[in-house]
Amino acid sequence: MRFLTFLLAWAVKAAAIVLTIVVLNFCLIRLAPGDVATVLAGESGAADPEFLARTRAEFGLDKPLAAQLLTYVGNVLTLDLGVSYRTRRPVADMVLERLPATLMLTGAAFVFALLVGPALGVLAAIRARRPADTAITVLALLFYAMPIFWVGLILILVFSVTLGWLPPFGMRSIIPPVGDVARALDVPRHLVLPTLTLGLFYVAIYARLTRGAMLETAGLDFVKTARAKGLPEWRVVGAHVFRCAMLPIITFAGLQAGHLVGGAIVAETVFAWPGIGRLAFDALLQRDYNLLLAVFLASAVAVVLINFATDLLLRIADPRIGAGR
Amino acid sequence: MTFRQGFAHNRGALAGLAVLIGVVVLAAAAPVLFPFDPWDSRGAPLLPPGGAFAFGTDMLGRDVIAGIFHGARVSLFIGVVSTLFAVALGVVIGAVSGYFGGAVDDVLMRFTELFQTVPSFVLAVLLVAILTPGLASIVLAIAVVTWPPVARLARSEFLTLRHREFVEAAVLSGVSTPRIILVELLPNALTPIVIMASLMVATAILTESALSFLGLGDPNHISWGYMIGAARAVFRQAWWLSVFPGLAIFLTVLAINLVGEGLTDALNPHLRRRGATP
Repeated sequence: MRFLTFLLAWAVKAAAIVLTIVVLNFCLIRLAPGDVATVLAGESGAADPEFLARTRAEFGLDKPLAAQLLTYVGNVLTLDLGVSYRTRRPVADMVLERLPATLMLTGAAFVFALLVGPALGVLAAIRARRPADTAITVLALLFYAMPIFWVGLILILVFSVTLGWLPPFGMRSIIPPVGDVARALDVPRHLVLPTLTLGLFYVAIYARLTRGAMLETAGLDFVKTARAKGLPEWRVVGAHVFRCAMLPIITFAGLQAGHLVGGAIVAETVFAWPGIGRLAFDALLQRDYNLLLAVFLASAVAVVLINFATDLLLRIADPRIGAGR
Repeated sequence: MTFRQGFAHNRGALAGLAVLIGVVVLAAAAPVLFPFDPWDSRGAPLLPPGGAFAFGTDMLGRDVIAGIFHGARVSLFIGVVSTLFAVALGVVIGAVSGYFGGAVDDVLMRFTELFQTVPSFVLAVLLVAILTPGLASIVLAIAVVTWPPVARLARSEFLTLRHREFVEAAVLSGVSTPRIILVELLPNALTPIVIMASLMVATAILTESALSFLGLGDPNHISWGYMIGAARAVFRQAWWLSVFPGLAIFLTVLAINLVGEGLTDALNPHLRRRGATP
């Protein structure tokens, strides 16, 4: 029953976010200089009259603004996102076929950051003010200041160009590798560098956050009680301090989901990863705004999904949340 | 311990401040040291670092070091100006929300929350692309996607200050609401906002570099992100084209982060005592 309420509340939140994005999209098109049809065609003047007429009809440009908004929202809700001016294909199809690759990359980076970041943070907190702590703190500070695309380029330079260990771009080898093992490892091998690129920034954030939260929690009374009743140190750190310190991190991870999806555009551009980020970059180069707007909507949906995952995680980590107030 | 002593005790913050001053000098000296358009071809293409061009030349024979000096101007300008706009917007929304509370607060905070969930970088890309790339559209886009945390912070500050006695006294003596918010409350809420703003400058510079890396930079002003993005096709042969501008971004952002942390430590002795920050 409680879980049902949770699902319902979540659905309302998701609907609100998606609706906001749709309205925002509508406003963005109206914001652009020129009329909607020419904006969506990407270039004024030289556009194909048939496409212009069709877009004008689709938006109902002769009707009042409110009616236009309603038409637009209606279209989007029926998954009719319009047609790409360049490819003449429905943009919804184009985005949907690219979405799995993006979910794979952001998912991998998310898990990587949530596993490694807090682990480093715990290590730093246990060894506070000793060499290990200093090393982790300095590393986190450095990765926190590096632009994602630059990390990607440097990783390619080191691990692909110089060492030749990992493929520098794409999701699969152009010539499929021989042997079952090699074939099964093809996509994961391509995934390593983009995941590192996208994830290291968040590893840095989570390591810093965890360290801070651990040190703060370590001074609280319930930890002293745990020690006083003779619990072994690993139990105190693991079951008491860490569990408590994890809560702000998961909450923060949920908040950062949108940021992560945005980073995917950059990472996918660097590694020619065939996801919606790369699609957005191509759309950008060709001024294909209908496609770009669809990518925005899709990334918002991805954010909602990641938020759902973190909310679930939070309920597992902290049973009080599920128990109602 | 005074603020200055607190800050001076933090070696990282001092180093950051030194680097930051260096970047400002770099930006200021650009037109004097390299009194030409950084977009101009100055020599043979793809010359490695050393010789006449300390950081080499790019595929069109442009001087990389000149680009880095001139690019510092864009990075600093966008970082500071977009942060100012974001802080102004965030403070207004947060102040109104925290001061009035109730339904106003509810609506504004829902609005803020929604903006926080929106994939911010994608929105920034869209805004710049649709408004056509330029300094103004980049500043606007970064401000639009970075104000929510400021609003939340300002709200919580105003919420706690709202019921303090000096505010009640001002209300009773008939001071107008805008005056209370601006003159009585804002100065008292400013410290944490300044700390947050200092760190936002770093994020803004990172965002600008990513935008111009994607080809959304101002076409009239060379920027570090643009230099890396443009050199992507040849970066295997010419590592210096991506490494030097990247180092420039990295050092600038690192310096600002260190200064921001120094500010946090110096203005927030309470946090330092607990050892939550190194």
